[in-house]
Amino acid sequence: MRFSRVSGVSAIALTAALAVAAPASAENVLRWTSQGDALTLDPHSQNEGPTNAMNGQMYESLVTRDADLALQPELAESWTAADDGWTFNLRKGVKFHNGEDFTAEDVVFSFQRAKEEASDFKEQAKSVSAVEIIDDHTVRLITDGPNPILPNQLTGILMMDSGWAEANNVVKPQDFKAKEESFAARNTNGTGPFKLISRAPDELTVLEANGDWWGKGKFPGNIDKIEYRPIANAATRVASLLSGEVDFVLDPPLQDLKRIESADGLKVSTVAQIRSIFFGMDQGVDELRSSDVKGKNPFKDAKVREAFNLAIDKAAIQRVVMEGLSFPTAMITPPGVLGNTPELDESYGFDVEKAKALMVEAGYPDGFSIQLDCPNNRYNNDEKICQAAVAMLAKIGVKVKLDAIPKAQHFPKIQNRTSDFYMLGWGVPTLDSHYVFSYLLEGEGSWNATGYNNAKVNEITKAITTQTDIPKRTAMIDEAWQIIKADMPYVPIHHQVIAWGMADGFDIPIASDDSLRPRFAVKK
Amino acid sequence: MNEAPTRWQRIRESDITHSFLSSPGAMIAAAITVACILTAFLAPLIAPFDPFDPAQISLWDGKLPPAWAEGGQPQYLLGTDNQGRDMLSTILYGGRLSIIVGLAAVALGMVLGVMLGVISGYVGGTTDAVIMRIADVQLTIPGILLAILINGIGRAALPLDMREEFAIYVVIIAIGLTDWPQFARVARGATLVEANKEYVQAARVIGLPGWLIMVRHILPNTLRPVLVIATIGLALSIISEATLSFLGQGIPPTTPSLGTLIRVGNEYLFSGLWWITFFPAIALVVLVFAVNLLGDWMRDALNPKLR
Amino acid sequence: MFTFILKRLGQSVLVMAVVSAISFSLFNFVGDPVNNMVGQDATREQRLEIRDALGLDDPITTQYARFMGNALQGEFGLSYRIKQPVDELILARLPATLELVFVSALIALVIGIGLGVYTGIRRKSWVSRTILSTSLIGVSLPTFIIGISLIYIFAVWLRWLPSSGRSGTVELGWWKTSFLTIDGWRSIILPAITLSLFQLTLILRLVRAEMLEVMRTDFIKFARARGLSERAINFTHALRNTLVPVITIIGLNIGGLIAFSVITETVFQWPGTGLMFIQAVDFVDVPIMAAYLVFVALLFVAINLVVDILYMFVDPRIRLGD
Repeated sequence: MRFSRVSGVSAIALTAALAVAAPASAENVLRWTSQGDALTLDPHSQNEGPTNAMNGQMYESLVTRDADLALQPELAESWTAADDGWTFNLRKGVKFHNGEDFTAEDVVFSFQRAKEEASDFKEQAKSVSAVEIIDDHTVRLITDGPNPILPNQLTGILMMDSGWAEANNVVKPQDFKAKEESFAARNTNGTGPFKLISRAPDELTVLEANGDWWGKGKFPGNIDKIEYRPIANAATRVASLLSGEVDFVLDPPLQDLKRIESADGLKVSTVAQIRSIFFGMDQGVDELRSSDVKGKNPFKDAKVREAFNLAIDKAAIQRVVMEGLSFPTAMITPPGVLGNTPELDESYGFDVEKAKALMVEAGYPDGFSIQLDCPNNRYNNDEKICQAAVAMLAKIGVKVKLDAIPKAQHFPKIQNRTSDFYMLGWGVPTLDSHYVFSYLLEGEGSWNATGYNNAKVNEITKAITTQTDIPKRTAMIDEAWQIIKADMPYVPIHHQVIAWGMADGFDIPIASDDSLRPRFAVKK
Repeated sequence: MNEAPTRWQRIRESDITHSFLSSPGAMIAAAITVACILTAFLAPLIAPFDPFDPAQISLWDGKLPPAWAEGGQPQYLLGTDNQGRDMLSTILYGGRLSIIVGLAAVALGMVLGVMLGVISGYVGGTTDAVIMRIADVQLTIPGILLAILINGIGRAALPLDMREEFAIYVVIIAIGLTDWPQFARVARGATLVEANKEYVQAARVIGLPGWLIMVRHILPNTLRPVLVIATIGLALSIISEATLSFLGQGIPPTTPSLGTLIRVGNEYLFSGLWWITFFPAIALVVLVFAVNLLGDWMRDALNPKLR
Repeated sequence: MFTFILKRLGQSVLVMAVVSAISFSLFNFVGDPVNNMVGQDATREQRLEIRDALGLDDPITTQYARFMGNALQGEFGLSYRIKQPVDELILARLPATLELVFVSALIALVIGIGLGVYTGIRRKSWVSRTILSTSLIGVSLPTFIIGISLIYIFAVWLRWLPSSGRSGTVELGWWKTSFLTIDGWRSIILPAITLSLFQLTLILRLVRAEMLEVMRTDFIKFARARGLSERAINFTHALRNTLVPVITIIGLNIGGLIAFSVITETVFQWPGTGLMFIQAVDFVDVPIMAAYLVFVALLFVAINLVVDILYMFVDPRIRLGD
């Protein structure tokens, strides 16, 4: 290519004249990238992956999770259940980045703020009806009735300094009608291991280790400085790792992992993710919107739903589409979430002949046509999975039309319940089946576009919110899953796998929630 | 200039034939173009597989290298893509889609644009202002957003089960409509120059009707820059279609065009599956190359002054 | 001349109004912003509340009137995505885009016109033929694949240039420039080349076509007969006469460069307005999309005006404004 040569010549000239070796530095810098930038630095304004990842370095919560997702004390040292809630003993001697002490008052304030109308964490904070100060370093979180899993629900609620918030007029998160930007969107004052040095959205954010952090010396991490550059394009992201410009990529495309692994000085680590991918079938409406079957809804027939489940070769999707990085499943929630068991997770299997027979029994020997709604920028290889499903369903006579579109247009179809057949993925931050039941399986669930409405499942969904007898509660969850496995309202595909790419010189523990935990990151 | 049209035509024809026969480049280009178009349109007869029929695809055959490479299989000469489609067949079918999209979109943009441009430049005044302002409005909305709009309207207006079939027309209209102002402005610019030349003034004085002057005298003179844009425009349209699909709006991946194939292959560029991008890209380059060579020659041949 | 400009300005205001109205009606098709603004665990009621708070359920005309009312007072609102004032965001990112477009336009113009003149004059030489053929690669491949290939060659393989981003900027007031440091130039090279390739090919071919035409006209023959040097003929007489269509195309294409920079900026993570726009489309960030489109419209209108005025200087025979 002629143009490449031209630029090559100028590039040689430039680099030859000006190549300056980077000054050797004793600092341990972690340069990392992922697809999107934090939307705001306000800890309660947006509950969204990259935002939480960024804010979690500067702010902390009472309780956190380690890389194995086990609950660990953070700003609370210990906690005990009481009749009307939970008592938390706060860590002493903790200071915010501006030097203020962290006290019970800040906990009261932070919960108040997280429960504000404009907060994106109000769902998570709503189980806490009030916070009572017992002394400077003890608080009681009052709940409406017993709440067995409250500490699990608190890991996302970050603590702010009440004095700083008042001084800067940010006692509430910015609301949607605001005319001005909130001070907290670009300024931070947390207790966390890193302090904000500079920030240019979508370009570069620099954080520096907090010398006064309470956890200094208690964690293996030795990172002094974090530089975060979001890179939207997947191939460019991988290129920046291959060229040595960044040390860590949170979300390399699956198909590039072999390349990263084979490159000198780079490695890949993987772990099962807490997110499952599945297809929903609308069995609620009387006539499908996109099908040539008129006057009835084939998905109302359990045989058709079973045929769909049997016709999709999850192993092929795993091998070819996902590069081996997925766990085929018969559940819509992965191991690690309370309720998932190996027996329930056992795949329905792949059997085209049986699927065809079921279609004949159901009265569709020649199949029927239907549209599959699919996002093309949300899950790992989402569009490619849908495409593979089109070919697989064609083998039992189902003519699938694929509508693969950006997520901003896809998700409203599910929320408004206007899709016949759709792809969805679901992660479970609370690691409890209730989160799955209440959104995806309960008749009125806000993400349940299947029209599935089973009285027993609805009842259990309600009952487990107050059942404190753990074995009993677990048995109820199991009962619900047995019903669901038999009813097959969804076609479960697989649980996703997280893969991180990084330089050999770093030791960073990977976690199922896809969160980078720099306090455990070691530069060798 | 005032010879009888039939005679003029006859002379032109013989000259073109002569010029064509004496230009080996033009002959090769024409051969390639015709070959491309033929193979693309005869794809269902030539292609070993029908990649648009999902029942023929097996995912287990996915990502196979070309037949001559290690691990390749003889029935898949150029290998398979990530879904297990035969690359050769997919390129043939995809090439057909791309050629249809390219030709139709350019034709739409060119006819609309040149017509409006010549009228605008010749008539002038309010007509000119209105047409050019519409062109401005159109140019100010990035094509991508316009395509999203047309796509969106298509989605809203078409019944659910027809969207996939109509995706291609939606794309053609989206690209064709973004192209016309380019043609219009160039045609208008050329018209402005031409309209002031003595012979046109003379024709006016004689009292020839405006449409006749436009069609006979002005139109041929606008064709030179227009053809340059059109030949490149064909390539541009094919690429625009790929770009739309890069942004997640375009022809469905189940019936991929050449551009969509390149877009999909692009994701496998680093992973060593080079054949998924390489072959469609080569096909596209060859096609665009031939069309442009032909366009170059045609432009020279159509211009009597150049000979 | 003066009335002409005045008239055009009046028309331009109309254009802007129409553009903003049309673009506003498009936003409904991009998706639902609320979905991106709340977590997956928000309830249906919460979503409805936000729609209500943002006025998304009002008729399009009401929304448009509100937008125009605010815009006329210089209020473009806050971005749904990053919750910062939109005008501030656009201003902060404008320098990145303008500098990228400037460098690309320069590359396209200098190399495009240079090679166009050369291939026009030496029509039969093999060098010309090679240039013409290779230049076609620039229009045969999508921008994103050219960008990725350049990144692969120069950043990953040779490691001469950075793969992405805009480092080495210096702040001159609010304007962040890449032009004052070596790092700045190093990061702008690849995206600028990527962005310029298409326009370069177009300009090259157009200039060549016009040169071929002009070189055969009588007045060039007269010039030769008068004994003017080839150089003078080529550059003062011939080139000048190729300029009308070239200027038209260039005028259009600087606008085109800005539109195409959307893809280039995405591939190279170039922090300009194009990247911002794509992210806004992904997020259905209506305030950003609306303001960006108005801004691009303004730019196009200005460029077209300049092009029309240039016509007069290049070729005084062209009548204007009647």
